[in-house]
Formats: sequence, C-alpha cells, structure tokens
Amino acid sequence: MTAVELVGVGKVFNPGRADQVVALTGVDLTVESGQFVSLIGPSGCGKSTLLRLVADLVPPSEGTVTVAGKPARKARLDQEYGIAFQQAGLFDWRTVQRNVELPLELRRASRSERRERAREMLDLVGLGDFARHYPPQLSGGMQQRVAIARALAVHPPLLLMDEPFGALDEMTRERLQDELLRICARTGTSTIFVTHSIPEAVYLSDRVVVMSPRPGRITDVIDIDLGSRNEATRQSADFFAGITEVRRALRGTEVAA
Amino acid sequence: MGIGGLALWELVVKAGRIAPFVLPAPSAIWEQFWLSREVIWKTGLASGTNALVGLVGGAVLGILAAMVASRFRLLGEASIPVAAALNALPIIALAPILNNMFESTSSIPRRIVVAIVVFFPVFVNTLRGLRQVDPTHRELMDSYAAGGWTFTRLVRLPGALPFVFTGLRQASSLAVIAAVVAEYFGGLQDGLGSRITSAAANTAYPRAWAFVVGACVLGLVFYIAALGLERLATPWRRP
Repeated sequence: MTAVELVGVGKVFNPGRADQVVALTGVDLTVESGQFVSLIGPSGCGKSTLLRLVADLVPPSEGTVTVAGKPARKARLDQEYGIAFQQAGLFDWRTVQRNVELPLELRRASRSERRERAREMLDLVGLGDFARHYPPQLSGGMQQRVAIARALAVHPPLLLMDEPFGALDEMTRERLQDELLRICARTGTSTIFVTHSIPEAVYLSDRVVVMSPRPGRITDVIDIDLGSRNEATRQSADFFAGITEVRRALRGTEVAA
Repeated sequence: MGIGGLALWELVVKAGRIAPFVLPAPSAIWEQFWLSREVIWKTGLASGTNALVGLVGGAVLGILAAMVASRFRLLGEASIPVAAALNALPIIALAPILNNMFESTSSIPRRIVVAIVVFFPVFVNTLRGLRQVDPTHRELMDSYAAGGWTFTRLVRLPGALPFVFTGLRQASSLAVIAAVVAEYFGGLQDGLGSRITSAAANTAYPRAWAFVVGACVLGLVFYIAALGLERLATPWRRP
C-alpha cells in the first residue's frame, strides 16, 4: 500500500507577479506504507513546501497529491496524518496532557478516551510523569517529545516532520532519533522527515530524497539499508558509506546550481 | 525604610519646618483616619462599588471591541489611533456633562466615567494579544482542519489572556482614581472624593488626607485583586 503519492507536482508562489517564485517543479514521489523517507537539500530547495503540500497546508499549482489513497485535502480533514514542526508549538496554557489531547478533542473523542490515549502517548515518549506540567516548565527536548506525542495521538498512518530536532543539541537529538525510530517501528507509521543534517537523514531513513533549489526539484533518491539501528550503527561502515553517497548527491546539486 | 520615612516626616512637621496646613503630620492624619473610620468605610464602599461596576463594564466592552477589531484587519489598524485620541481626552472632565444627563441621585455618571477610563488599556492590550498568533499554532490548527471559531476559542483567546490581564492591572488602579476624582465635579456625593473636597474646603486638612489614605488603600485592594485574579487565570505563567 502506498502512504503518499505525488505525481507531476509543482508549486509557484505569487504567480504572474514580479516576486513570482517557482518553489517546486516536476515532483514525483511515492512513499510506501511503513517507510521512513527523509527530504534533504540546501535551503530554498522546497523541502518544507513539499511537506506542506502533502499536509495540504498549501495547495499545489499543478499535479496531484494523494495521501492514504485520498486527495490531500480529504486526508487532512480526516486527520490521516500527524505533524510536528521545528518549533514544538505547544500551547502554554494547556498542561502537557491537554496538549496531547487537543487533536483528539477536535475529533470529538470522549473524555475518557482522550485521557487514555494521551497517557499512552506520553508513556511512549517517556514523559508520563510530566502530564500535569505546563510546557514552559519543560526543556526544549522534552517539549519536542510532547509535540511528537501530540502528532501521534490520533494514531495517524502518516507522520510529517519539519526539522523537528533542528533546534536541539546533538545529544538530545541522537536520543530523540532513536526514540522516533522505535516509535515508528512499534506503531507502523510511515514518515516524511525534513532535515538539513546528512547523518540524521541517513540514520533515520529507508530512503533519502535529495533536492536542489532554483527551481526546487528532486535530483536523487538514495536507498539506505542499515538494518535495525543501534549505537553501533552510528559507527558502522554502511552508515558512513550512506553519508558519503548523500553528500556526493548533494554536492552534485550544488555544481548544477 | 517606610517607618523611617514616616518618622522623618513627623519630625519635620513637628519641628515647624512644614506648616501643618500644607502637609499635616502622619500622627494627625492617622488620628483623623481612626476617628472617621466608619465614614471612610461607608464612602469607600460607595466609591469601590462605582469603581467595580465601571471596571467590569469597561473591561467587558474593551475585550469585546478588541475581538471585533481583531476579526477585521482594517478595523483593527484604524481603531488604534482613534482609541489613542479618545484616551488623550480628559475623560474625567466629562463628569459634569454626564452629571447633567442623569438625575442628581444617580451613580451612573461616575460609573460611566470609570468605564470609559478602563476601556482604553483593556482594549489596546487585548487587541495586541489577539493579534499575536504563533505561526506554528496556525499551521497546526490548519492541519486539524479547525474552523474560525474553534481557532479563536482554543488559540487566540487563551493566548491573549496574559495581555488582557496586563490591561486589567493597569485599569484597576485607574478605575479607583476615576471613581474618586469624578465626584469632584458634582453629582451624587456619597463617595471618598466628596469627603476629600468638603474636608479641604473646611480647612480640615488632616481629615482630607485621611480620606486620601482611604482612597489609596482602595486602589491597592483593586490592584491586588487584579493581580490575584491574574495568577488564578494564568497558572502556566507562574515561575
């Protein structure tokens, strides 16, 4: 089953005006169910725009976006995906628990179901003890974990992440990467993950999609096969080979640009 | 510090450096305060009621107006200078005009003055809060397909709450000042303001000061109440 399918997708901002920008052109991409796909590329390559097209937060100028077998708009209305951004974007005035409950609340889930599901998600990200805290009382890494718990709360088949670990320190970042992989494996969630870190993309992904700017497009898709990840993976030859391959592909786009 | 200051004040007045009719000694003021405590309580209650009614009315209007203004960008931008111009008017000076519009036994003119004075800080602060929406929150709520009212209820309003309370804190002291001073311009004479003017007119300066102290206490009570309400309503902002 395919989780996401983009066919001939392009996006032009401010069409027909002096500040017209071709953000994306000719994008074809298929994400199989349960796959982890990273989007990587220099800034301005349209990777965030691509993610927002899948999320139906911006409409495409051309082509079709299909999520979970439906048009992107229908998929958004049905909450077929969970999303997390670089900023955790928690609501300061809600406790951690009530933040995770929010998407369920908007789905009109019953009170007991909400509470139970939020508990389950917070335990999953290891923050069960912080349910009653307010977000400003948590560290940046913990806030980001709450944001992930919130994105997963409706058990979406698809998880969209826009540089979610970009603002975190290296140690927290590696720990959250392992946690994310564990969660995705456990829940069988497909993931599209935007990043500008090569090691992060290689470590997390089944496939790395390399993009280039002006106009934003996909230039390469690299399959990664590292088996199940653990501490040794970060030191393995395959890991470094993957990094080299992605780096070479990125450099190729640089020359072309 | 405070006690030292009071002692110095007492000493300077007693030594004859300042004439008692310019600034009475704190002991004289305290004596009058104690003697008039029942009147101060009664008039303070009257002024306090006026301030409270005006404060609630003005704040509700200010918040509603800010909600309307934030719905329409143009209206919001146009309304700030208008509100600033209104605020520059000596609103308390409207008291005599309002007094003529109502019966002389009516408390409404003073309450209207308070409400107008309160409106401005509440309106401006609330509008600022309603306009500040985190772009991540907006995208998140879009991804949930949340409608306009849901967005307002779950994001805009709670996000603006700290701003509303900043406005209310400023307004709480202003409300008491307006309620007291509005009485200087006639109308029903049952509050602290009327006692201050009549005591001063009778050259009973320590008594006038005693009522000023009463007004001061009333203002403080309002401010602390607003602060306490803020703490209760925004528990996430506690350090």
